[in-house]
Amino acid sequence: MATTGSAIDSDESFAKSAGKQLAIYALYTLIFLTVLIYVFSIVAGRTGGGASGGAVDSANNSITITLRQEPPQLDAGRATDASSFVVLAHVMEGLLAYDDNMQLIPGMAERWEIREDGATFWIREEARWSNGDPVTAHDFEFAWKRVVDPDTASEYAFILYPILNAEAVTQGELPKEMLGVQAVDDRTLEVQFAQPTPYFAKLVAFVTFLPLQQEFYESTNGRYGADADEMLYNGPYVLDEWVHGASMLWYKNPGYWGDHKGFLDEIVTAYITTDVNAKLNLFKDGQIAETQLLAPMLPEAMEQRWQIDRVMDGTVFFLEFNHREGRVTDNWNFRRAMQLAQNSDELVYKVLKEAAYLPAVSLFPVWIQGLNGAFRSEYPPVEHKMNLELAREHLEMARIELGIEEFPPIVFLTGDTPISILSSEYYQELYKQNLGLEIRIDVQNFKQRLAKMTSGDFDVVVAGWGPDYDDPLTFGDFFASWNLNNRGRYNSSEMDAQVRIAQAELDPKKRLDAFGEIQRIVYEDVTLIPMYERGWSFVVDPRLKGFKRRSIGPEVDFNFAYIEDAED
Amino acid sequence: MRSTMWIFILKRLVQGIFTVWFIATATFFAMHNVPGDPLLNDRATTDAIRANLEAKYGLDKPVMTQYGIYLGNLLQGDLGISFTQENREVNDIIRDHFPVSAILGILAVIFAAAGGVLWGALTAIYRNRWPDYVIMFLVILGISVPSFVVAAISQLFLVNVNGLFGTTVLPVAGWGTVLHMLVPAMVLGLGTMAYLTRLMRSSMLEIISSDFVRTAKAKGVPPARIFAKHQLRNAILPVITVLGPSIAAITTGGFVVELVFAIPGLGRYFVQAVQQLDYTVIMGTTVFYGAFLVFMVIVVDVLYGFIDPRVRMEY
Repeated sequence: MATTGSAIDSDESFAKSAGKQLAIYALYTLIFLTVLIYVFSIVAGRTGGGASGGAVDSANNSITITLRQEPPQLDAGRATDASSFVVLAHVMEGLLAYDDNMQLIPGMAERWEIREDGATFWIREEARWSNGDPVTAHDFEFAWKRVVDPDTASEYAFILYPILNAEAVTQGELPKEMLGVQAVDDRTLEVQFAQPTPYFAKLVAFVTFLPLQQEFYESTNGRYGADADEMLYNGPYVLDEWVHGASMLWYKNPGYWGDHKGFLDEIVTAYITTDVNAKLNLFKDGQIAETQLLAPMLPEAMEQRWQIDRVMDGTVFFLEFNHREGRVTDNWNFRRAMQLAQNSDELVYKVLKEAAYLPAVSLFPVWIQGLNGAFRSEYPPVEHKMNLELAREHLEMARIELGIEEFPPIVFLTGDTPISILSSEYYQELYKQNLGLEIRIDVQNFKQRLAKMTSGDFDVVVAGWGPDYDDPLTFGDFFASWNLNNRGRYNSSEMDAQVRIAQAELDPKKRLDAFGEIQRIVYEDVTLIPMYERGWSFVVDPRLKGFKRRSIGPEVDFNFAYIEDAED
Repeated sequence: MRSTMWIFILKRLVQGIFTVWFIATATFFAMHNVPGDPLLNDRATTDAIRANLEAKYGLDKPVMTQYGIYLGNLLQGDLGISFTQENREVNDIIRDHFPVSAILGILAVIFAAAGGVLWGALTAIYRNRWPDYVIMFLVILGISVPSFVVAAISQLFLVNVNGLFGTTVLPVAGWGTVLHMLVPAMVLGLGTMAYLTRLMRSSMLEIISSDFVRTAKAKGVPPARIFAKHQLRNAILPVITVLGPSIAAITTGGFVVELVFAIPGLGRYFVQAVQQLDYTVIMGTTVFYGAFLVFMVIVVDVLYGFIDPRVRMEY
């Protein structure tokens, strides 16, 4: 019987006729698909973003860019993520702002005065919201009181703590009306300090200090910042369309008071993706104005003869010790041994090989400013030299002090990014070879790593810290015993004393001396081991000028960007 | 027979509701037992702020109470407010982004089904001849190469094509027009297409050598009619069976393609929510996807009855 079957399907004419039939079906399918896709595209037009005019469109004076992720919401008082910071930096303006050289410039405030016990800001007369209302001191008072209101549950409420009673209000101990900020009249904002805060002017450039109009806020029924029409704008650009997850359109704010910002008519954020390869493809295709480059992409970028720029993204990564009692890492000799057995140069240049990374040598990154120049040239960090012999001596002392025969495995808590894992594996090998220590790597995702850091379930954690404002204190107070971000619970009266000076000292020189001391303590007491300062290599469309990537504030800044041959 | 069919559908629906409830419950307790804390963030918060956040999301109540509240809200179709997208309801997120995933998914499934049936039939007809070898080689590639590789390669290919023509023939990424959909949908459907091709091929081969085909041939039925009515129609049944789950799998599994092509679909929100422990979004999307899958399986069961009379008898 089986022979009959094969006789049938070996029948040449049958196969031919069936093939013909199949071809007809294929044609039908193709026609059907074409119609279907056409219908879908009409539907999709309503759900997705629009097509854009390409990376740089001189005819319309517009550019197209990408966002790393969808901003969760654009309520400045509660924003915590990089994408929200980027959008807010373009559509809103605080009392003060930064220029393209990271110098403070007047924003909504035309002048200001910082005193020992408080500050006064004078709001400019021509400051306007996008609905035409004037921006007043009351808008700042309302915004700040709302941030510290426990009901708002703002994660950045702590940044207002220099203001009188801010901490007590967030704890629910005082009503929010007791916050030390008051609009004397429409154009004068009075701030009282909890303690002298010489860096307050830099602080108010941060997003949490952005203004909010009470009347408008209340009209949104708790949806403020959720959509483009549920916000008011006072920045150089206005957010017009916001298709969630897909695209945004910012257009030049006609009511913006100054002419030193906002030179583009339109900025389109047409793509939202974290995929750096996809971004590179979009850039090559001429769809976006700038993109980031990873080490493996550099050879191709050079082949294309692109102008490659570098910038420090601001963040310092380090090995943070668990200083809780009972941990091996609580022992100074042990930490010192680990410090002496490594060198961050090797990590960065031989292992990570990211061209824009710098070996870290201090808690304070290289770009932090001192009195007249760079902080680190005014206060050079202790010079570090790898010394294995000394390291082994310290390790032996630690062993005797701890009264143990052998060291237990050291738990290295680390994030799940390739760079963190690679670094951890490097240290695992390094400490095995140099000190005979066994390192157990504990890879966790972001939230789980934070949970373990907070509960102290680690010996060493691969961590990083990025700046909030342009002052050494944004790093300097990290190891104060009361700082909740000090998750290794480092506790030293010497450190605390220096942090108090750094927070409140009015004499700039003495204040910087304190930061110098903090830098020294961090090294000598081995509070942490610096790993690297992160940086980006990036490429910008040559027609776009004045674009900035920043270490502080928004990671990308188009406020001063313009197209060279734009038609007006 | 009509009434038995309705009873069948009703029975499946009740089973489906039970399944969805089970998914919801399992997800709820699994999520609450995963280590990590959804409210922890880069910047540490004070106890007071933390307490307020917990109160806002109802995390201050005992887990069983939370479960009760959650089920109650679910019955009313309220999936809650996202933890990370603080002012957006999970319902909004699904309403805004599921259509995108669905369009992409349906298109991908059509590519996959049409391609699978056509290629599968072709390989069966030309068994052990060169079209069979070439297609089956491609099928093995399609099954074994992961979609992120295919996505990245096809995107690079688009860049080069556009570069060659000096203009944007097909957009590299994004969403909105027909041209944006073609390549992502093909990439998304490729694995399924390969799988369906193999399924179709083996099913077709079985039919080709069956008795009724031989009889039809002996009766002198024209070859085209034998192929269409006797072979193709019967061989397609297994493909239809897996089509329902495939639609659900493709529609929900587009995360990688959505990421690479910057498409605002739901898959991205789903994966991000899991990474960030966004409880409400995890719950909402899981239950939604679960319900969708159950629904597709029921639809296929019903459709099956229309195509294969034998199934109808068993209602």
